[in-house]
Amino acid sequence: MFVAIIFALIIVASIIFHFWSPWWWTPVASNWGNIDDTIILTFWVTGAVFVAVCLFMAYCVWAYRYRPDRKAEYKPEDKKLEFRLTWLTALGVVALLAPGLVVWNKYITVPENALKIEVVAYQWGWNYRLPGDDGVLGKTSVGLINDDNPFGLDINDPNSKDDILVMDADLHLEINQPVKVELRSLDVLHNFYVPQFRAKMDTLPGIITYYWFTPEKKGEYEILCAEYCGTGHYAMRGFVQVDEKKDYSDWLAKQISFEKMLAKKELKNLLIAEK
Amino acid sequence: MTDEYTDNKLETKAADSSSGSYTPPAEAIPAKENPEQELYHAKSFWTKWVFCQDAKVIGIQYALTATAIGFIGLILSWGMRLQLGFPETFSFLGPATYYQSVTMHGMIMVIYLLTALFLGGFGNYLIPLMVGARDMVFPYVNMVSYWMFLVAVLVLLASFFVPGGPTGAGWTLYPPQAILPGTPGSEMGIVLMLVSLSLFVIGFTMGGLNYVITILQSRTRGMTLMRMPLTIWGIFTATVLALLAFPALFVACIMMTLDNLLGTSFFMPEIFTMGEKLDYAGGSPILFQHLFWFFGHPEVYIVALPAFGIVSDLISVHARKNVFGYRMMVWAIVIIGALSFIVWAHHMYVSGMNPWFGFFFATTTLIIAVPTAIKVYNWVLTLWRGNIHLTIPMLFSLGFIVTFVNGGITGLFLGNVIIDVPLSDTYFVVAHFHMVMGIAPLMVVFGAIYHWYPLITGRHLNQTLGKIHFWVTFVGAYAIYFPMHYLGFIGVPRRYFEMYDSPYMTSGVGLNQFITVAALIVGFTQFIFLYNIFTSWYKGEKSEKNPWKANSLEWHTPDYPPTHGNFGKELPVVYRWPYDFSVPGTDKEYIPQHVAPSEVPTAKAEQT
Repeated sequence: MFVAIIFALIIVASIIFHFWSPWWWTPVASNWGNIDDTIILTFWVTGAVFVAVCLFMAYCVWAYRYRPDRKAEYKPEDKKLEFRLTWLTALGVVALLAPGLVVWNKYITVPENALKIEVVAYQWGWNYRLPGDDGVLGKTSVGLINDDNPFGLDINDPNSKDDILVMDADLHLEINQPVKVELRSLDVLHNFYVPQFRAKMDTLPGIITYYWFTPEKKGEYEILCAEYCGTGHYAMRGFVQVDEKKDYSDWLAKQISFEKMLAKKELKNLLIAEK
Repeated sequence: MTDEYTDNKLETKAADSSSGSYTPPAEAIPAKENPEQELYHAKSFWTKWVFCQDAKVIGIQYALTATAIGFIGLILSWGMRLQLGFPETFSFLGPATYYQSVTMHGMIMVIYLLTALFLGGFGNYLIPLMVGARDMVFPYVNMVSYWMFLVAVLVLLASFFVPGGPTGAGWTLYPPQAILPGTPGSEMGIVLMLVSLSLFVIGFTMGGLNYVITILQSRTRGMTLMRMPLTIWGIFTATVLALLAFPALFVACIMMTLDNLLGTSFFMPEIFTMGEKLDYAGGSPILFQHLFWFFGHPEVYIVALPAFGIVSDLISVHARKNVFGYRMMVWAIVIIGALSFIVWAHHMYVSGMNPWFGFFFATTTLIIAVPTAIKVYNWVLTLWRGNIHLTIPMLFSLGFIVTFVNGGITGLFLGNVIIDVPLSDTYFVVAHFHMVMGIAPLMVVFGAIYHWYPLITGRHLNQTLGKIHFWVTFVGAYAIYFPMHYLGFIGVPRRYFEMYDSPYMTSGVGLNQFITVAALIVGFTQFIFLYNIFTSWYKGEKSEKNPWKANSLEWHTPDYPPTHGNFGKELPVVYRWPYDFSVPGTDKEYIPQHVAPSEVPTAKAEQT
């Protein structure tokens, strides 16, 4: 009796906690509201199964508790029941999986008008590179990295000259402009994750990974590294600022291109040499 | 004439003609194929209890060693929880120590506790007894298996005392960071970890071959595969999985050791760190992840399948009812085992592998939900119309059902590739896998210990302490992990040493404190359990033979508790499955496996 009640209470408490919990996701700030919908659908389907199974269990514990005069039923199998339950479950699984795969297909299909930007991760911080007016990012190589060329850009690639280098953990994005983030790591695994955008992907040394999203809400959002990357993992953060077009252009104008940076460095070297 | 079966057939015929009542058709019991196994009879204390070849003693050795290291894993988790709940009060724990605790806790619990306990502990103790064998087929190799495991544990412990401490790479040991200086323990700790894992795999292979071959070759007469207790089916399938999966871990360990010590580049691409380019080039970090999870996902089922099997038997015995849908249960175990080899990359949806893999692995992963759900239905349907004794093993089995269903459905979130994108690497994942492969299997471990302790020692564990242990552990663990999912929804990433200055994450502070307090209480209760195990060994209430009135062979040995050689002079002959409880047509409440149909002529048992 007592046992059945406690089990039932635990299930009821779980439901209450779910609906009244102050801990819930942050409002979505990108086009990935679809992901939230898929989660909600999964919640309802699986939540119903969880509650049904557990309450049925609690009922059995109450209704069939030991009595000396009771004899348990002897029924090794019930093919019809097992068959029905199997297909019902299969149907539920399809109902969860199909919408999920549709959204995943969207997630990995980048729209053509997406602005390609590069996120460079290192222990433990973030840098960014935006294409210049040509809209194309220049080639890079780990072997080319040095103090004058922190991104390892290929000087001989004409596309690299106008690339804009952001040597700062803060990134600005223009609202409603789809972005394809190309992820690169200089050293170990990291993961570029902004909870409000709902999207994430590991960054790896040696290959370039990507995902895309459209920021749809103005504001400042925290960037978290979501792949354990060593002692400083928890401190590897930054911010994304989603701006209106004008604010974004102002910010962009203040950033420095690769060409300018090289010129500046050369000038500095010349000055040092003259002295 | 020594062949008992012939006599029985005659008796059956006699019963048939005289009473005219229903008699299940007697089945052909095959004649003895093999001569009796020659057993090595130990004489001295050392060969009897230390370098012992008796599977029962080896099982206990495995279980005690695994439990000892498991308690170290438990204490490490306290350190982590204190830091997460009360970062200011317990500032002695720096980030490096924190990450080392995370890593060692995970590795210890998954490999050295759960795998060793289920297969090495329960497997060794129960397989020969339950299939009606005198011992494992290779007792000497079995003994070496345990000592290899012990060496692996000692090497693991040694890593706490080397310069730089144990590795802090996370239990997944992902390269490149695992062997680069930005990670704690990248000097000696990681090497010892890889060596320890390799030793574990070698030791396990010796034991695993024993379990599989004993089950396939050493079953007593009449013990067909479809009459084996589900415990044996679970352990058998898990062992097959382990024998196929562990080699992937083994080669990954060897390759990473070579990358680390000899400068090869299996997993190491061009890397620029600490202001210079390293000598590595051309390797693939994702290759390691594939190898690791090709082992790592079956590993989940290596822990879960024995738990599935054992809990089926516990529910059936303590509800006095046959396992509902036995054949479906067996097939579900086998199908889950087979599918577990083609789902591994669902751990890598956001790893940067080709995104098209997502479609395939999400589909295979969600298909596993079907056989798994069938098992759950059959457990609760076994309770339905049973006669449920709320013994401690039964309580733990009920706790298992709740936590397993909870952890299983969150698996449907994470397995569905797009939902995994926001939730992966958050506390949702931590809550999910602790619930499904931490708490749920541990519920079964505890239930199984309360169930079989009388068989091992001849005494019962203390019931009052047992009830306290169950309620605090079950309710406490549920209170830890159920709310933890919601931290994941907020977006709190796992493996963060501290995180409270983020505006929306500060809302999780109170929850984190609550979880820490609950974790301390649940952890403390395990010490009460330990106390119960040690004191009941010599002070516990004496148990009569077969106290739970079970049918499987381990309870029906001539000596109780069973002695060396298990079955006295003659091995038992098996006539039925182990679930003939409450059979209609007879006043016998249960019919053990070795009872011939002729002995219960009126029983309307279905033929198995």
